[in-house]
Order: sequence, then structure tokens, then C-alpha cells
Amino acid sequence: MAKHKTPLLDQLESGPWPSFVSDIKQECASRAKNAKGVDYQVPADCPDDLLGVLEMSYVDGETHWKHGGIVGVFGYGGGVIGRYCDQPEMFPGVAHFHTVRVNQPSGLYYTTEFLRQICDLWELRGSGLTNMHGSTGDIVLLGTTTPQLEEIFFDLTHKMNTDLGGSGSNLRTPSCCLGQSRCEFACIDTQQLCHDLTNTYQDELHRPAFPYKFKFKVDGCPNGCVAAIARSDFSIIGTWRDEIRIDQKAVAAYVGGEIKPNAGAHAGRDWGKFDIQKEVVDRCPTGCMKFEGGKLEINNKECVRCMHCINAMPRALRIGNDRGASILCGAKAPILDGPQMSSLLVPFIKAEEPYDEIKEIVENLWDWWMEEGKNRERLGETMKRLSFQKLLEVTNQKADARHVREPRHNPYIFWKEEEVKGGWQRDIADYRKKHQK
Amino acid sequence: MVLDTNEAKKKIVEFCESKSKTKTKFYFNDFTDLFPDEKARDVKKILTVLVNEGVLVFWSSGSTTMYGMAGAGKHAEGED
Ligand code: SF4
Ligand code: SF4
Repeated sequence: MAKHKTPLLDQLESGPWPSFVSDIKQECASRAKNAKGVDYQVPADCPDDLLGVLEMSYVDGETHWKHGGIVGVFGYGGGVIGRYCDQPEMFPGVAHFHTVRVNQPSGLYYTTEFLRQICDLWELRGSGLTNMHGSTGDIVLLGTTTPQLEEIFFDLTHKMNTDLGGSGSNLRTPSCCLGQSRCEFACIDTQQLCHDLTNTYQDELHRPAFPYKFKFKVDGCPNGCVAAIARSDFSIIGTWRDEIRIDQKAVAAYVGGEIKPNAGAHAGRDWGKFDIQKEVVDRCPTGCMKFEGGKLEINNKECVRCMHCINAMPRALRIGNDRGASILCGAKAPILDGPQMSSLLVPFIKAEEPYDEIKEIVENLWDWWMEEGKNRERLGETMKRLSFQKLLEVTNQKADARHVREPRHNPYIFWKEEEVKGGWQRDIADYRKKHQK
Repeated sequence: MVLDTNEAKKKIVEFCESKSKTKTKFYFNDFTDLFPDEKARDVKKILTVLVNEGVLVFWSSGSTTMYGMAGAGKHAEGED
């Protein structure tokens, strides 16, 4: 018997999709039964009260959560987000309902043992409800009370060899695609780099001192499975600077229909015979491919590494051998200035341990942003306000044609005196030899 | 670091106390403004010491973090 009547939420269960309402009800039933005899440290019926307060919000059309506060574990400024219900008498189980963010393993590889430990910990000290994963990548544990926090933190760090993730004005938990562990397109070891950045920047992760949040995301190739370019302030995207490797025999096999394009991913429907000209060559965004006399050619100088041809014919075309990463900066969600994608800062950088070159750019960038950024201003907004030219200067990068997103976007580039041959002074007599008055 | 830890700590605490009538929470930038000649990272080290000593506490909305004097303002029950 449900504790609260929830007709509006029940209606959500009637659609064809799996429903979070059913999931929460399942947890209510499991906690009521308590088959394992768990000594629940927060109200056993908190998932029931969660449904209750949510139903009330649906009826009222407004939230009944207050957020923020001084909750956290000692010395950490992030990782715990205080949540309080504004109707605690009606819903005592969720009077305190804090969220805990846990640093996910790189590439989201878990052992079943680890997952069991997480779930057992959360049954005991939390609501039992989790969100795998939050949009930054963290394992999100939903709903606990203040006295449980230090206990949870102790178990996470001492028994499970993990740590809290980021929240607030600090470095957020870095995330990456699964990279070389499974993907042949990976140009860099994303997991290693992500793990290294996480460990190197522990202070930035746990002790907030930035103007606002800052995210690292690492994609192994431009396919962008963690959407680094759209969702991180510092986007690291694997690339190569030599040539796409072509196996002409395999090209012929695709053309002859012996190998299915896109590894058979679109095989659910009959798209007709594979047409290399129409489906690959004509779809190359820079028109740098040609297929003549049964031979595929690529003008690599014009290739923008869009991945289309490689995705279509993965056995015939492979990433180059001289691999590294591009670094782009400034992506963010719509708050304040509207959404923004990252802008290219470093066209190519080697990404090898100990990643000193990458870290130098990161630290120069932080010094600048911490100094100049306004409160609650993302890096992308600081870049917009103070110019891309300034960004190049503080990160010691030379301007490059590849920094131009589109022609004539902003024609005002101001040269500095030291950048101009001869400075602002000139020999007027010499000038007059070539130019009449 | 040119900054003297004890003097800097004192300056930070005095600053927070001087504002306590109107403000109980401060942005990190408010403290770097107190030490215009210092690097932000050095100011952060002092703040970390104060947090570890229990003098200052973090306040977080989830998206933004601020610093406040322990025990100042309404907070523990999440009233802010
Ligand atoms: S981003 Fe590229 S390398 Fe990473 S998993 Fe996706 S396709 Fe593979
Ligand atoms: S990766 Fe993209 S730009 Fe490069 S050759 Fe293939 S389709 Fe063209």
C-alpha cells in the first residue's frame, strides 16, 4: 500500500518507456520488505516521501526543494549537494535529501563487486536510489542526511578506493570515452589521461577557488562519444596529423558488397547496394576524396578529420599513425550567454605521459581565468569578453589560420608593436621610393 | 610565498567580521581582492588552512561555492 496517493506520477508509468516512477516504487517495496535485514540509517520510507513530494510539485507546478547549504565532508568544498524539502512535516523521509557525487572510474569500467559495494552502502546510509551517471559523468547517489556524510566518505575512500567527485565552483570530475580499451578509432589513451588529470588536480577538484565550474572531457577521436567539444571548458579530442591509412583491397570489398558499410550498423533496413561515390566520397565535407578506376584517394591536407569515411568503411580506412590531440576551449550550457561550443586553441599536441605540455596550457589558462573571470563566469564567457587573442597570449599559442572559425567573423585583429616588422616607426624616405605622395 | 600566513589569516577573518552585518558568504574573488599583489593560488592556500582549522566553511548551492565564517548566518538547516 503506497504511503502517498500519486495519480499524476502513476500516469507517467503508462507510456511505452521504462519509468523512473516504477523504479522508485520498486525501491519502496524492497525497503518495506527489507529481506536482507538492513539497519537503515536514513528513514526506510524516504523513497515513498520522495514520490509524495514530487506528486505535490506536479500538482502545484512548483518545486518543493530548497538547495544549498553547508553540508560536505571535512575539508572538501565539493562532492555533496545539500537538498532540503520545504514541507518536512508532510514528508519527513526527505526533510534532508542530500546528493553525493562519486568520481566514476575512467571509461566507466566497473567490477560487479564494486557495484554491489556501492549499492549496499547506499541501501544502508542513503535512499537506495542512484543515478548512473550524472551529466558530468559522476556516479550520483541520491538522498541522505547530514550525519551520514562522513561515514559514506570513509567507506568510499578506505574500502572502495574511490573519492567524491566535483561540484560547485571547482574542477568537476574529468570524464573520457572508453578509448583504446575497446575502440580502434582512439588516437590517444583517454583513460590514462583522464585518470592522470584527476589525480594531478585533486586540489582543484576538492577545494573550490574558481569563478565557476570547470570541466575536462577527453574524446579519443572526433566522433566525440563524451561530447567534449560541446560539454567541457577544456576539450581534448584525439586526432592525427599524417595520413588516413587506406587498404585498397578492403575498399574493393566494400564496393563489391563483401563487407557491410558502418560495420552493419544500419542493416535493419534495406538501403540498397553500397554506393561509395554517393555515400562516402560525395559526403566528405571538404570534398577531398576521389574514387577513380577502383582506387580511393584522399588529399589529406584538406581532410578535417570528420571521421565520416572511417566510420563508413572501418576496415578499409584507418586513423593515421602520428597521433595526438587537439585542444579546444570554452564550451558551456545556456546559462547567461547562451550555449557555446569549444573553440580550437591547439590544433595538435602530443598526448603522452606525463602530459606536461597539456598541463602547462591548463595551468596558464587557470591563472588567467582565476585572475580575470567574474563570479559565475565560465571560461567560454571570459574568452568572449576578453577576446580569443588574449587567450592565445596567455596560453603562449601562435595565431594560426585554423583558429578562424569562419571567414570575416571578426576582422579586427590588433597587432602589437613587437609583432610588426620595424615596429610603429618607419623610414619615410624608403617608403616614398615605392609610394608617391 | 611572500604572504605571511598568520597575517593573511588575520586579514581574512577581519574582513569577514567587518562585513558580518550585511554578508555571511563570500566569493573566492572577494579574498583575492584583499591581496592584489598575490597569486590567486597563494590566497587559496591560506583559505584552505582556515577551512582545515574550522574557522571558515564552504557553502555550496551545487553549482557555486562560497566561503563563510563557521557559525555565521543561517545555514545548518539549509535555510539559505
Ligand atoms: S570518441 Fe572516438 S575513440 Fe572514443 S569511443 Fe568514441 S569513437 Fe571511439
Ligand atoms: S575524415 Fe572526413 S574530411 Fe577526412 S577524408 Fe574522410 S570524410 Fe573527408
